Amino acid sequence: MSKYQQIIKVGIADLNIVKAPDKIRTSGLGSCVGVVIYDEKMKLGGLAHIMLPDSQQAKLVNKNNYKYADTAIKILVEKMVLQGAMPYRLRAKIAGGAQMFKFNNGNDMMRIGPRNIEAVKQTLAKYRIPIIAADVGGSSGRTIEFDPETKQLKIRTVNKGETFI
Amino acid sequence: MDTFLTSIQEDILREIGNIGAGNAATSLSQLLRKKIDMEVPSIRIVALNELIEQIGGPEQIIAATVFRVEGDAPGTVYFIMALKEAENLVHEILQDDIAIFDPETMRQNEMAISVLKEIGNILTGAYLSALSDFTRLDMRPSIPYLGIDMAGAVIVDGLLELSHVIDYALIIDTKISSHEPTNGIKGQFFFIPDADSFNKLFTSLGINEYE
Repeated sequence: MSKYQQIIKVGIADLNIVKAPDKIRTSGLGSCVGVVIYDEKMKLGGLAHIMLPDSQQAKLVNKNNYKYADTAIKILVEKMVLQGAMPYRLRAKIAGGAQMFKFNNGNDMMRIGPRNIEAVKQTLAKYRIPIIAADVGGSSGRTIEFDPETKQLKIRTVNKGETFI
Repeated sequence: MDTFLTSIQEDILREIGNIGAGNAATSLSQLLRKKIDMEVPSIRIVALNELIEQIGGPEQIIAATVFRVEGDAPGTVYFIMALKEAENLVHEILQDDIAIFDPETMRQNEMAISVLKEIGNILTGAYLSALSDFTRLDMRPSIPYLGIDMAGAVIVDGLLELSHVIDYALIIDTKISSHEPTNGIKGQFFFIPDADSFNKLFTSLGINEYE
């Protein structure tokens, strides 16, 4: 392959798309959820680093739509389609949604990990995008890297090393 | 939130950082019977991604004690140490070279965790009580939590409350450190007041926003 391989980094509350042989990664997912959407045939992969479940709860006027599950997934799907992905071919892999701190007070805000996972699943279902693999929950941070060539999602945690889903 | 501060407002926030971290540094110094230095606090308005870059990037492993401030001027306080420095602190206290992560099982050492929790409690408690005395505001800490993991994961989770409201955080950043050239102990306090808390902090110290 003549093209130099790049790894595109996605920040918190951000999203992007790559085409093979490039890879895409995001680091330090805690309660945030990393959503990978890919089109196998086009070798196209998108990744969104989602922080919060629902844009309707935002108190901001100019909110960052990349931050919320409902809006970020919508934008990611639209971008993928613009790049030539077929909506019916889209598949997803998700990781994250951990609970980093064991808060005792049962505050809804503190259960943000599970709520993010739920919101991501619902939004993907709305777009009829099947979830092929998931590594969610627990209490560890994750760094994830997706390779559109192999469709493998590499997940690294501090105490379990690297796994692939 | 107005993202522009007057120089007097900035001075006040710097003083808040000074007083809080000063008191915490004194506690740590008494605990370790060592001299602990403190840097002049810096006041910055940063996006979340920038904040995390400044403490070494999202994958940097940190030991962070986090608590929420409740009462008149709510906010979030962090005491952050790099893994190595947290380990140095544990060695200093226990006089024993234990690793925070067992090199074989990668499990966290319970003794080390318990020491870090306790130190975190003492330091963050000292920080907040000085602040509360200074401003005469009612500022109560939630129970502190210790997280040892990737910075991205740990920092974001402490700030979720805030991220519903704003995309930027104003941080009062104060570093404290012991002198030693090797195996030194360094820590960093972040006080991130909620957006509504600034006016209360300023008013409590006799400055209103129009001055």
